Amino acid sequence: MTTLTPVLTRNWDQPGSFTLEGYGEYAAARKALSQDPDAIIQMVKDSGLRGRGGAGFPTGMKWGFIPQNDGKAHYLVVNADESEPGTCKDIPLMMANPHALVEGVIITSYAIRANHAFIYVRGEVLHVIRRVQAAVREAYEKGYLGKDIFGSGYDLELVVHSGAGAYICGEETALLDSLEGHRGQPRLKPPFPAVAGLYACPTVINNVESVASVPSIVANGADWFASMGTEKSKGFGIFSLSGHVTRPGQYEAPLGITLRELLDMAGGIRAGHELKFWTPGGSSTPIFTAEHLDVPLDFESVGAKGSMLGTRALQIFDETTCVVRTVLRWTEFYAHESCGKCTPCREGTYWLKQVLKRLEKGQGSEEDLATITDIADNILGRSFCALGDGATSCIHSSVKLFRDEYLKHFEIGGCPFDPAASTVWGSK
Amino acid sequence: MNEEESATMSTGYPPEVRERLETDAKEIIGRYPKARSALLPLLHLVQSEDGYVSDAGYEFCAEMLGLSKAEVVGVATFYTMYKRKPAGDYNVGVCINALCAVMGGDQIWDELSEHVGVGHDETTSDGKVTLERLECNAACDFAPVMMVNWEFFDNQTPESAKQLVDDLRAGKEVVPTRGPGKLCTFKEAARVLAGLPDGLAGEGPSAAGPSLEGLKVAKAHGWEAPGGAVSDR
Ligand SMILES: Cc1cc2nc3c(=O)[nH]c(=O)nc-3n(C[C@H](O)[C@H](O)[C@H](O)COP(=O)(O)O)c2cc1C
Ligand code: SF4
Ligand code: FES
Repeated sequence: MTTLTPVLTRNWDQPGSFTLEGYGEYAAARKALSQDPDAIIQMVKDSGLRGRGGAGFPTGMKWGFIPQNDGKAHYLVVNADESEPGTCKDIPLMMANPHALVEGVIITSYAIRANHAFIYVRGEVLHVIRRVQAAVREAYEKGYLGKDIFGSGYDLELVVHSGAGAYICGEETALLDSLEGHRGQPRLKPPFPAVAGLYACPTVINNVESVASVPSIVANGADWFASMGTEKSKGFGIFSLSGHVTRPGQYEAPLGITLRELLDMAGGIRAGHELKFWTPGGSSTPIFTAEHLDVPLDFESVGAKGSMLGTRALQIFDETTCVVRTVLRWTEFYAHESCGKCTPCREGTYWLKQVLKRLEKGQGSEEDLATITDIADNILGRSFCALGDGATSCIHSSVKLFRDEYLKHFEIGGCPFDPAASTVWGSK
Repeated sequence: MNEEESATMSTGYPPEVRERLETDAKEIIGRYPKARSALLPLLHLVQSEDGYVSDAGYEFCAEMLGLSKAEVVGVATFYTMYKRKPAGDYNVGVCINALCAVMGGDQIWDELSEHVGVGHDETTSDGKVTLERLECNAACDFAPVMMVNWEFFDNQTPESAKQLVDDLRAGKEVVPTRGPGKLCTFKEAARVLAGLPDGLAGEGPSAAGPSLEGLKVAKAHGWEAPGGAVSDR
């Protein structure tokens, strides 16, 4: 049986966990700054930490791509844009434990030889922004940021930057454009940000949880981190359970835990109902069903079953929920958030939305199912960035797993479900 | 000052407002290696003055950063948080992304919108409340979620939503579920987003409700990370 491993969430129930006094004295950063930066990169490589922002790219390797002694400024940009539907871990993390992030920023910046770092937070979370601003200010006041940190001779400036409402700004190159004061649209890669990122300088972009995990690795060692998780998906991560669950919430566990185990801890599906479908990693990951309850939630195992671990955003729906309605709503989201730069995504998400609306009202035909599959085929792999690909996940997987439910809509000329039954109060 | 300069000056903010904004703007710009990076914060700043991004606001940002007004408008219109027309003191959002919608967000939106008599991005005639349909606000474990001036109002029902808006319009005190002890106005919120703190970070809980469920289970079972050795102290 897998058990929970609270590390980043460990102090969340303490009053003042968000203050320096409640957090600690940045012992890991002190330790890191007394070592060679390359040793830190090696330690993070050895730990097996992989990006917690969705793609799972090895963090130490990403840092290692930054050219050294190139005479250019280097930058660290923390991706705190958290907007992928279902994803809700970075926001409570920054609210309750912002110093873990700030300490991680110091260590990461030191390792990649950056003297300027940014935390790009989505704008729609005012109190979280206050907490991060306050943590940064406290760190400055203590001399943990600014000039000659811990007497090491190392200087670091850290800026908290609020976004302004655009999911696409979570895509790392769109985020850079946004941070440079432009519309947030993805850039052509290569060049990759490690070579030409912010202001065309070498830049590391990491997710909040990735960076916040770094102090624990420095404090406890690479082996400690690697002792958790599976062979290729090491360490712990926050699993976010939402939807028709008895006790939704944040469960920090080793990678490889299963939904069955997590549901046991969360009191199961809400009383009197059963699991119908779920996302393993946010709305951009193909949906799973009860058949997948025992799939280890690590990068490899979820991938082998045709989905993605993504951000461990487990959105859980019971048998009262209409798949077609849910897919329509996700699709409306992608159509709304498509940045418009490339045709397959801009036009494709628009048409997906139109056809799905018809289907949901029971005014579609079997041909429409072929149409949405075709449109999705034309977006997948042909879009400029991963937003387009992500928009196709729920289309392909739902048509495959719930074809009959789509058919039922036009057989009876409407939706066979009562939306009131799915609501929180509808079950009472 | 030549004629052209004085002409642009006179179209913008009154001198004392401009002076105040300029002081703030310079501080913000100074944080960035390149000035243009301050554009999003400056748009938040002018929104904190006017409650939306006014013509004077666009011009101010353009002047401060040496950009054309068209460039500034082009950027601002990309982002949903910048309002293009005067908005209410309270921006009331209902999450209608799939999960919240299913959990009751759709019903909340329908009932609330009917109750208040305005639709998406519309403001009540008393100028108090603007309603907005929101995408996922990263609080799905608290569904159905509402936001007022970007503070969390978790676990809502149609009744609580209507009460909330009635209270806001009646000037009664309204407190976020995870946030400070008092709700600030839309303009005050925008100032924090510009990077100018309001001193309220210490208020409210560290975490609440669902955020703590996993930790509770772990504690009840005595589960820890290996060695329990994670403390930073
Ligand atoms: C449309 C889109 C939105 C994204 N949103 C986020 C986000 O909000 N936060 C995040 O960390 N990564 C997000 N990503 C992934 C980033 O592009 C990037 O892979 C990640 O920040 C790298 O950090 P990591 O290696 O630490 O995971 C998004 C990607 C796409 C395509
Ligand atoms: S895939 Fe969509 S979001 Fe990405 S660049 Fe193309 S239009 Fe923009
Ligand atoms: S779906 Fe509403 S907060 Fe995530």
